[in-house]
Amino acid sequence: MAGAALAGRPVSMVEAVRRARQAAASYRGIWSWVATVDHKRIGMLYAVTAFTFFLIGGIEALIIRLQLAQPAGGLVDSDQYSRLFTMHGTTMVFLVVMPLSAAFFNLLIPLMIGARDVAFPRLNAFSYWVFLFGGLFMTASFFTGNPAGGFFQGKLGAPDAGWFGYAPLTLTKFSAGHGIDYWALGLIILGVSSMAGGFNFIVTIINMRAPGMTLFRMPVFVWMTLVTSFLIVLAMPIITVALFQLMFDRTFGANFFNVAEGGTPLLWQHMFWLFGHPEVYILVLPAMGIVSEVLPTFSRKPLFGYPFVVFSGTAIAFMSWGVWAHHMYTTGLGSVANAAFGVSTILIAVPTGVKIFNWMATLYGGSIKLNTSLLFAVGFIAMFTVGGLTGVTHSIVPSDYQQQDTYYIVAHFHQVLVGGALFGLFAGIYYWFPKFSGKLLNEKLGQAHFWLMMIGFNVTFQPMMILGLLGMPRRIQSYPDGMGWGLWNMVATVGALAIAVSIMVFMVNIVYSMIRGEKAGADPWDGRTLEWTIPSPPPAYNFAEIPQVRALDDFWHRKYAENESGVPVPVVAGGAYAEEPHGDGHGIHLPSPSFMPLIAAFGLPIIGFGFIYDYALVAAGAMITLFGLYAWALEPASE
Amino acid sequence: MQHAPAVHQAETSTGIDNRKLLMWLFLASECLFFGGLIGTYLLYRNRSEGPPFPTDTVYNGVPYSGVFDIPFTSISAFVLLMSSVSMVLALAAIQRNDKRGLRAWLLCTALLGMTFLAGQAFEFTEFYREGLTVHSNLFGTTFFVLTGFHGAHVSVGVLILLSLWVMALRGKISAKESLNVELAGLYWHFVDVVWIVIFTVVYLIQPT
Repeated sequence: MAGAALAGRPVSMVEAVRRARQAAASYRGIWSWVATVDHKRIGMLYAVTAFTFFLIGGIEALIIRLQLAQPAGGLVDSDQYSRLFTMHGTTMVFLVVMPLSAAFFNLLIPLMIGARDVAFPRLNAFSYWVFLFGGLFMTASFFTGNPAGGFFQGKLGAPDAGWFGYAPLTLTKFSAGHGIDYWALGLIILGVSSMAGGFNFIVTIINMRAPGMTLFRMPVFVWMTLVTSFLIVLAMPIITVALFQLMFDRTFGANFFNVAEGGTPLLWQHMFWLFGHPEVYILVLPAMGIVSEVLPTFSRKPLFGYPFVVFSGTAIAFMSWGVWAHHMYTTGLGSVANAAFGVSTILIAVPTGVKIFNWMATLYGGSIKLNTSLLFAVGFIAMFTVGGLTGVTHSIVPSDYQQQDTYYIVAHFHQVLVGGALFGLFAGIYYWFPKFSGKLLNEKLGQAHFWLMMIGFNVTFQPMMILGLLGMPRRIQSYPDGMGWGLWNMVATVGALAIAVSIMVFMVNIVYSMIRGEKAGADPWDGRTLEWTIPSPPPAYNFAEIPQVRALDDFWHRKYAENESGVPVPVVAGGAYAEEPHGDGHGIHLPSPSFMPLIAAFGLPIIGFGFIYDYALVAAGAMITLFGLYAWALEPASE
Repeated sequence: MQHAPAVHQAETSTGIDNRKLLMWLFLASECLFFGGLIGTYLLYRNRSEGPPFPTDTVYNGVPYSGVFDIPFTSISAFVLLMSSVSMVLALAAIQRNDKRGLRAWLLCTALLGMTFLAGQAFEFTEFYREGLTVHSNLFGTTFFVLTGFHGAHVSVGVLILLSLWVMALRGKISAKESLNVELAGLYWHFVDVVWIVIFTVVYLIQPT
């Protein structure tokens, strides 16, 4: 409370903070969200924030598509175009897919392992606030990044060197404004958020499991979260080093990527992709986990080959460290390196293929309930398979020489990141929305969303495969008439608009279902995992009594036994919807709300602004963060 | 220094304290962080396009004397290593509830850490006088960023040690809270180990 004393009104400030803390503790009003340390609320904050960034990134994509719809498009100039595609990629990777996955981790992990919260609730809040401030910091670059003119003079700020930020494009010589500074510092800040989250979920999963919840009784989503979190905490430091090096080059005139002093831009590529390839799996493994939960529930069968799915996910994570140079075949590493990385890249397709067969075998012979969630999960399998196979074509070095830097690459990674990760995340949204809102999402609107998106997605990205094979390069702002690219570009733009409509249908569905949606009980899907044993929405304390786990898919086995031919029959005692006995949660101690994570996080973007504009702000931001951390350490975690 | 890991969870699934596990994971990720910096140093070693050089070098037929003062840096490395010993003694003291011992050894560790930092500040100033900056050449860039980040870690460590020392002065640390000291110790030893690697790679092993 030193800050309050400095402000000259110590009593009222302290009193105000105390009242806000009380209001937050009793779950009322805006303060209860600002100071929350409840994993479910933090998860919802993550989801809403990430979805907002998704809309921003989507608008950037639409502008790109409108620009390219016809030859010699004139909507944006090449400078603006570079900034748009850079921010589109950066936003979608770091501000949408990663935090949406984090939203699922937050919402589900404690519920799935039978815990009352994560291991470090305040650190969890800190992760969210750092993500929010980092995202706002990054997005602010649009308005302030280009000193040559404001937003309305037709001179956007924002970084302009692609989401991969290849040196020397990022050096001051080739990118004069502050865009790249915002990019580098923003990603360092976002890295802090991801790593804090990663540590938290590893400790939570390893240490907070309910009695009987052994590692091989954990739902696959929990496994994939564990694996993803390890990738995050080990991959993020590498990009952090590279970003610091870039920042030192730009801010202090260091020579890391300065060719004139003997530096090599290849260092950036190695560092970036050594992070970047594990990052690809950071993006997609959570979606794989989600699909592995959705498919068994709606097939009413256990996941086929559970240990294989788990070990394949782990194998993918290990192998993802040995494939990075397949992004660099054409940089002249030599044929031995290219061959080695080609082989390792082909090999990583094996555990991925194992998973795909396991998912299909899960569906096979099941009594399938084809609702929106399952549609998205099946769509994931199909689209991800196409994406994976086009990836294998890249692993073949001579083939990649032809595809390098063409729209074929663009088509491929959208196929895995939209058709893969995003479809998986939507499957999860339709599956778990009832758990956290208490309402079912509307099926008709949901199916309209799915089909529009599925068709729009294919109409957008399959033409890009053709465009790539026709030789259209990526990252070009316009192309002349007569290249034969006009038709397919127009088709792709129409597809992109269809995706935009499908997202609107989704938003209508959310709002409609929140207001008039059918009420969901505790267990609307006849689920298999622990989160379905508690009411929807779950009470603040999650479990009135910490469950005792006896098997994989424990909840299913509480509801069903098998007859001689292996057909599930409801257990008579308790019936199909046997719920946990619900106490009123009285006497359960929950962690106290806290403002300190917010304050500690708030200092970070100020430090960022300081490095760009005035070093005094660096000191100010550091003081704020330090104050937040000390107050955090000294306040009681629960009262 | 975070208190009470979570909601009145009496025991963890593995029996390892949450905070200790967190610290080990953090240190694991720090390995990758310093790995990146040390890797960069090694990549650019001996590739500077001009002086100053770390050791005596003949460049384009002109002899240059190196900036390194190995005996001086050896002493400051020794000081940092000794701080690990006093850190161990601090933890041992509080584990047998010897609060006086804890205060003494914590302060000793922090002072040794500060001595190391002072040595680094002196060294940086000397190098700067001889023309080595983050801008001068690849050696300057990689040297200052690598050792600078290590110095920043030592500074954070000193801050943690001094905070613990203040808590100890107020009698807020007893054998029951010895984990606080243990966690600070884990971090401190890690920073020491990293310095052993840096000292060996940067100062001792010179390309011939």
